[in-house]
Amino acid sequence: MATSTVFVALFIFAVILLVFAPVMTWVERKQSALMQDRIGANRAEIFGFKALGLIHPLADVIKMITKEDTIPTGAHRFIHLISPFIAVTPAVISFAVIPFGGSYEMWDAKFSLVVADLDYGVLYLFAIGSIATYGSMLAGWAGNNNFGMLGSIRVSAQMISYEVAIGVTVIGLFMIFGTLKLSEMGVLQQQTFRVFGFMQYLGWVAPGTKWIDWITLPMWGIVLQPLPFFMFMTALMAENKRAPFDTPEGESEIVAGYFIEYSGMKFGLYMMGEWIEVVVISGLLAAMFLGGWSLPWLPEKDLIAFLSKPFGANIANLMAMLLAVHVFFGKVIVLIFFQMLVRWSMPRFRYDQVMNLGWKILLPLSLANIVLTALGILIVQEVTRA
Amino acid sequence: MKTALFWIFSVAALGGAVGVVGNVRNPINSALNLVVSMLALAGLYVLLEAQFVGLIQVMVYAGAIVVLFLFVIMLLNLRGSGTSGAEVQPLVKIAGTALVAFSGLFLVRVLASGRAPWPDVDPSYGTTRAIGEALYTDYVLAVQLAGVLLLAGILAAVVLAKKRID
Amino acid sequence: MGDISPFQFQVVAALIFLIGVAGVLTRRNMIVMFMCIELMLNAANLSLVAFSREIGDDQGQIFAFLVMVVAAVEVAVGLAIIISLVRNRDTVNIEDASQMKW
Repeated sequence: MATSTVFVALFIFAVILLVFAPVMTWVERKQSALMQDRIGANRAEIFGFKALGLIHPLADVIKMITKEDTIPTGAHRFIHLISPFIAVTPAVISFAVIPFGGSYEMWDAKFSLVVADLDYGVLYLFAIGSIATYGSMLAGWAGNNNFGMLGSIRVSAQMISYEVAIGVTVIGLFMIFGTLKLSEMGVLQQQTFRVFGFMQYLGWVAPGTKWIDWITLPMWGIVLQPLPFFMFMTALMAENKRAPFDTPEGESEIVAGYFIEYSGMKFGLYMMGEWIEVVVISGLLAAMFLGGWSLPWLPEKDLIAFLSKPFGANIANLMAMLLAVHVFFGKVIVLIFFQMLVRWSMPRFRYDQVMNLGWKILLPLSLANIVLTALGILIVQEVTRA
Repeated sequence: MKTALFWIFSVAALGGAVGVVGNVRNPINSALNLVVSMLALAGLYVLLEAQFVGLIQVMVYAGAIVVLFLFVIMLLNLRGSGTSGAEVQPLVKIAGTALVAFSGLFLVRVLASGRAPWPDVDPSYGTTRAIGEALYTDYVLAVQLAGVLLLAGILAAVVLAKKRID
Repeated sequence: MGDISPFQFQVVAALIFLIGVAGVLTRRNMIVMFMCIELMLNAANLSLVAFSREIGDDQGQIFAFLVMVVAAVEVAVGLAIIISLVRNRDTVNIEDASQMKW
């Protein structure tokens, strides 16, 4: 148990830190180039070997590490030093509760593909996310720079506002699944429900009608709660402070906002934190709304049972595990790509527009969603009881 | 393990609390010490198997309340204020500290009168489900009143902080 | 729980409470005094949660949760008062705010 957990943890950190975050810079460059009809990163080379510009992240890292690390006069030195670390740590550790597979037993060992399967997993994510505010906020204050100060006032107001929206939008989903545990949600989302099943309960069709059983949909969060999916994603993207919600760092207004006084790898840590957060957001959305690690209409239990016949239980579990990881990261990549699309298609919101969206649109809508979901649950309970 | 964690969190909580009071130079430093204290207290709650309360502590205190403090300090641009002029005469300070030290001794003496060892609790103790069920059945009136209180608080804050009421 | 007794949690809570009291008595910066009030509320919370664990009943945790709600409201209103005070008098020193009106 312990060793497999350590193994899984190392695997996750390897995937996120060593693969995702640097490659994200490349993805962003190439993707924006694609959208703006340019070629994109293609100059960095090792012995004439360019690899589609994939060497650029390496060049970035070398540049950032060797750059001079400046501390402005009048800065609060200690806070200026620790702020980037406060900003990047929550992003990294929040991946601990996101499951990228179920638990599999093979060769007398149990592999659970989540580092910390907490009973209050989503709450942990929200708590960690609220700590992340400090990294940005203190950075702007500590640099002794008025642009930075403006940035940090904006970032604190924006992040506090959107934390409310983040918490309230997904309550409907919690009500349906009845759990805060992400791995449990993943298992529950493997079920299916009959789209026209209600007709049977209402007596509109004769009992025993066959076609009703055929038309089913997976119980994914996005199917049960389509509007909250988009609201939750909007709120998370605002919390991540990337365009179109990048008023705290808006280049054309306040230069670079809260991290204006950082250079070198400390600046790099802010960028890295943002990119890791993009991955975390995608992972969270995939786990809560897109069925986690499972394919639609294909419950993992059935898959393992089916594969066990020709291959034996051990191999079947291994195959299911590999499939789960690939499916999960496939969903994550699609969501990352979607976020990049939004980032490069929308102009920056004005500051008051950001605030209005959070308080006057997202919050009332999600409150209404809670009431409607509660009504829906009541109706379903009444109908199925009869 | 738990013993070590208890001492780490206790020392951090107490040190943070001392830092809040002792930092005369800058309110921001006080606020940062407050965050350390709050996070350490959250750790103590988790040690007491009150995970839900611990997480809410992180979310509400560290994530919202102290951020609000920092936000106000930054908004009012209080950098450097709170120095000498804003502080009191030493007599009050000494009197206050002495009073507190005396009552501290008294409190410790009272609390020292024997305590039972920890009872075993079932695994559902302190989980989100247990707390949520209690809140929405036995304490539903308190939850409703808390909601009303929050609404009143929001309105009061908006009215008070508004520049001009017309 | 190792060799930690419930009593030790109560002592920690009492000490944090006293530090908060000392802060309110000695500091004159309104925002810092407010933080000290928060410390006192937190000490009470720790005491409640520790007693709750000691008797094996989670009522104390619910009290702690409700205390947090009250604390959040209190901070919102209190900081709004401080903001309007600074706007009117340009000070955070509590001694300058000793009159009910001006």
